[in-house]
Amino acid sequence: MSNALLTPDVAQRVLQAAAGHGGEWAEIFVEDRANVGASLDDGRVEELASGRSRGAGIRVLVGETVGFAHTADLSEASLLNAVAAAASVATGRQGSSAAINLTPGGAYPTTVSVLPSSIGKQRKLDLLFAADDAARATGSEIAQVTVQYNDARRRIVVANSDGIFEEDDQVRIGFMVMAVANGDTGLQTGFQVFRRTEGFEALSEDLLRELAGKAAQQAITKLSARPAPSGELPIVLAGGSGGMLFHEACGHGLEADLIVKDTSLYAGRVGTQVASKGITLVDDSTMAGEWGTTRIDDEGAQASSTTLIEDGVLTDYMWDFLRARKTGRGASSGNGRRQSYAHLPMVRMTNTYLLAGTENADDIVASTERGIYVQQLGGGQVDTATGDFVFGTSESYLIENGEITVPLRDANLIGNGPEILSRIDAVADDFSMTTGTCGKDGQSVPVGCGQPTLRITSCTVGGTA
Amino acid sequence: MTSELEHLASKVLATAQPGEAMEVYVTRGSETEVSAYDGEIESLAAATSAGIGVRILQETPEGQRVGFAWAGSLDDDVIAATVAEARDNATFGSPDPDMVLATPDGVAQVDVNLFDDSVRTVTTDQKIAFALELERQVRAADKVRGVRSSSYGDAEVEMALASTAGILTSTRRSSAGASVEVIAADGDLVQTGYGYDAGRGFSSLSLEKIAADGIERAVSMLGATKPKSMTTTVVFDARITAQLLSIIASALSGEAVVKGRSFFAGRIGEMVAHPQVTLVDDPTDPRAYGAAAVDGEGLACRRNVLVANGQLQGFVYDTVSARRAGTVSTGSAVRGGFAGTPQPGCRALLLEGGTLSRDEVLAQVENGVYVQGISGVHSGVSPVSGDFSVGAEGFMIRDGKLAEPFREATIASTLQKMLTNIVAIGKDLEFLPGNAAGQSLAIAEMSLSGN
Repeated sequence: MSNALLTPDVAQRVLQAAAGHGGEWAEIFVEDRANVGASLDDGRVEELASGRSRGAGIRVLVGETVGFAHTADLSEASLLNAVAAAASVATGRQGSSAAINLTPGGAYPTTVSVLPSSIGKQRKLDLLFAADDAARATGSEIAQVTVQYNDARRRIVVANSDGIFEEDDQVRIGFMVMAVANGDTGLQTGFQVFRRTEGFEALSEDLLRELAGKAAQQAITKLSARPAPSGELPIVLAGGSGGMLFHEACGHGLEADLIVKDTSLYAGRVGTQVASKGITLVDDSTMAGEWGTTRIDDEGAQASSTTLIEDGVLTDYMWDFLRARKTGRGASSGNGRRQSYAHLPMVRMTNTYLLAGTENADDIVASTERGIYVQQLGGGQVDTATGDFVFGTSESYLIENGEITVPLRDANLIGNGPEILSRIDAVADDFSMTTGTCGKDGQSVPVGCGQPTLRITSCTVGGTA
Repeated sequence: MTSELEHLASKVLATAQPGEAMEVYVTRGSETEVSAYDGEIESLAAATSAGIGVRILQETPEGQRVGFAWAGSLDDDVIAATVAEARDNATFGSPDPDMVLATPDGVAQVDVNLFDDSVRTVTTDQKIAFALELERQVRAADKVRGVRSSSYGDAEVEMALASTAGILTSTRRSSAGASVEVIAADGDLVQTGYGYDAGRGFSSLSLEKIAADGIERAVSMLGATKPKSMTTTVVFDARITAQLLSIIASALSGEAVVKGRSFFAGRIGEMVAHPQVTLVDDPTDPRAYGAAAVDGEGLACRRNVLVANGQLQGFVYDTVSARRAGTVSTGSAVRGGFAGTPQPGCRALLLEGGTLSRDEVLAQVENGVYVQGISGVHSGVSPVSGDFSVGAEGFMIRDGKLAEPFREATIASTLQKMLTNIVAIGKDLEFLPGNAAGQSLAIAEMSLSGN
């Protein structure tokens, strides 16, 4: 499908107008987004919702100052009005009439086999009914099941006064199940999510049934959970369970906007040891189908892989256009992302992961005398200036004498990112990715994260026992 | 008086087909946001936005089927496509006898003024100057190493709602807020603090208060250490109490209750909190940030007493959750803008009856911890099971006074126990952004995890 959201001719005239108003650099970002969401609650179709949004965000730069305006109207007249508003930061400056020549990036291969919009709504609902069924069949303790399906198609065009004119067509699909189990000890929840930057081909009834069964089993298991311990203990994170922890506790501190403002404790530390030897952390937006994958970022830069920490040594940060420009680095690392056309881009992670090591995951548990085995982490947050983080467990077990024993109630883990990185004493040869929604300064973007099974020698567990 | 937006909503409503019920929600707004960094404008954004959300209900012998669609535009062709999409979605809905639109219930609207003209009369230059001056004042303070962001933002939004069930209403509200993220340092020690203020307009913000708050929260935490693990009494500062009440609010949602996702389910009439606890959700209280005259379905907002002297009285309901529970709406439908459908929720939860100043609360506690920051609320607290475990920082309380700072600790209990273990309630109410107000609050027997 040809992308008629914005033609190079219109883009060229709008960017030229920005220069005429005195802007040093300008960008148009056009986005057309269509969403479908369906949720089944209590075995009923609670809501089938369709959403559509379309608009353009225009940035004009003068020195270090960004002027920004957005509009839901894509007519040339409206874009020119938005340019004038964004260029208010250039008031009093001499305009330029130097020619801007755009170089369209051209065609690109699609990676989507089945567009979700080509699938009937009933087919999507049938998948949810099957998943609901599988969750309830898991045990009589299951009192409530919610299942949700989402798909989103996001077409974007980015053009800027450096001559970039790039288009992309991003398709994402997701499934979520939450089960509530009721028992003598009260209510417990189980949760599973599956999300891909792919078409409808990513989902199958078998897969959804399996995930629903897992969520239900998790809730039932937690009915017999005992309170988590309180105090410092070794933690074994199962492969894929703790990727978000490294995203929060380390990744955010490696975003160049914080580095440039000297508000990250990783500022000025390239070339120094910041983690245990054997630890390698990568941000990679090129991984096929992962939740944080894109072909271009929201500033038109090509997707890429950036090694942030190699064998414990800090090697690089993640960059967007503004920060790369400010420091003279030149090229962005393809980490400029935005929630929508109505938001300013900033440095964001894509798929961030710790590379696998060489040990056996079972041996890591067997060599842990007493600790906590985390099968699934919930959300968390970090203070990037101090590195202090907090993360909730949503499925965890006690390790006693090298064996995984009883399930534990949910609790928070608290620690310091840089300290945790230097307390990893075992890294397994398994590896698994998971998905998340990363929030920063009020903007949410999809991210992937991953990690092998690993052990942290000591972390504070906020239980009650 | 019919607003232009009400007129538009009515026009869309006129396209309803025989045998279907329709609800049209339209909004239009504008906003300004400015951030300052290092004495310069970092960014200046000005924008307008508009959108529509349409619900269509179709009759079947087994009940009504509902479909929803939204769009971020009020262009005629977009509106027509949105209505068609909602209608198509409805054909896939499960028939449900409780799925109905709100009908006017005769409760009179209380006039609440939610609009402050200063968001319009104050110039962009004044807004820029506010963000710059906020940054300057903070940077000039002792032990401040930097400012991550200093920003001012305001918005105004107008909403109209019309339905075939006889609802036609509109409201407008304004809001303004400013914040600063402060980095304090002393040698190798680094701490951050966040100062903010929010209200209905530019004139309700205090620059000095925001600056002092951010500086104090960062600088006073320098030298904080990990505390010893113990079971102790925790005093929450007003901001944290507001967060805590907001979690309690989600367990008081009629939707969570009818779906068995609240630890309050089935406990009406029981003692669920300390006898001095009375919890009221009153959106007609103009002091509340979330105050409103009408709810997300167009019914008048009203005062709802949810817990009285420790005894659970009731929940907040929208029309559908109320029918499922065999009761009527409490005028508590909230919606997340045009892209969301109504859900029951609190707007202005308040813990009543506090008589003590903050110092009196501390004096009464004698020994414990004072918590001024929590983290991991979304991951560590469950309104379903009541489990509560969050990261915490603040100060030790010794001999009834604040002592040395602590950080990298967690506090844990269950929401059920916390409500029962409330031992002192402050009168130092703060009305903050969100759906609850806060004050100093002491809760006994919480687990503090550190060393």
